[in-house]
Amino acid sequence: MKMELIQPFINAADAVLAQGLESPTSIGNLSMEQEAYRRKGVAALVSLTGDIEGRVVFDLDTETAVRVASRYAGAELPESDELVRETVCELANQVTGNAITALNDQGFHFRVHPPVLHTSEHVPESSEDTEALVICFETASGSVFMNIALRYNVRREGEQAATTGG
Amino acid sequence: MEQFASLKRSKDGLPVRYLVVDDSVFARKNLARIVETFGGQVAGEAGDGMTAITEYERTNPDIVLMDITMPQMEGIEAAEKIVGQHPEARIVMVSSVGYQENIVAALQRGARHFVQKPVKPEVLYEVIKYVLGEDGAVANAARGGA
Repeated sequence: MKMELIQPFINAADAVLAQGLESPTSIGNLSMEQEAYRRKGVAALVSLTGDIEGRVVFDLDTETAVRVASRYAGAELPESDELVRETVCELANQVTGNAITALNDQGFHFRVHPPVLHTSEHVPESSEDTEALVICFETASGSVFMNIALRYNVRREGEQAATTGG
Repeated sequence: MEQFASLKRSKDGLPVRYLVVDDSVFARKNLARIVETFGGQVAGEAGDGMTAITEYERTNPDIVLMDITMPQMEGIEAAEKIVGQHPEARIVMVSSVGYQENIVAALQRGARHFVQKPVKPEVLYEVIKYVLGEDGAVANAARGGA
């Protein structure tokens, strides 16, 4: 997985979280995972199809999700409030949308699918040869994990190879 | 949240009425809170493009804030259908996906403007003032006290 695909997501997450939470964020742990993803708390999954394919998962432990959602709502929300899960989905949507806007400017075309709340413990692997990068953003409300598994579409890679004679 | 000078309808001085269309409840609530700081009133909400069309007919809003990526019918298609029936409709697309193709497609199919998420209230305020044009007026912030 190339950094040129990842960097727009890091930039977008940093900007969206900092604006929404009205406080700076910092990048904490960064790790590669090849095993199936294990959900930490409230998780939203966004799928991408097109020149780049794969998925992005936003995952917050339950206490952090409640604090983040309460911050956005401007009022203390109970853990059971549907708005807590909605907030995580919309964060995933905004970060992914901003990132693919930047990637589109670089010539990549794809479709982003509406975020879905991820409820099972494991996220299915997007392909046999895709590894995931997990980035932890430290915010004033707690840790926000972004798990990215993306790869170039094989057809596009083939077309590029053909045009360069490779 | 920052408070803005109220935007009113110039024809009758009443609050600007908004239809907020987004499949995310969170996004709808957030937009509703923002337009209320503009002195606006949410006339209706919809979670998809199909419902947006029927809600437009029911509420006849001054401004529609329309997401793009939604189930059943996406925002650009819904905007085109609304403007087809109501050429005077003022639709502002509000989406996290802000690349040029999307913006051009939305404008070609009848939207008046585009705002990228996460929405900055000061940006949306200026866009709405622009889209309302002479049909909108900024109310005098100073209140005459006795």
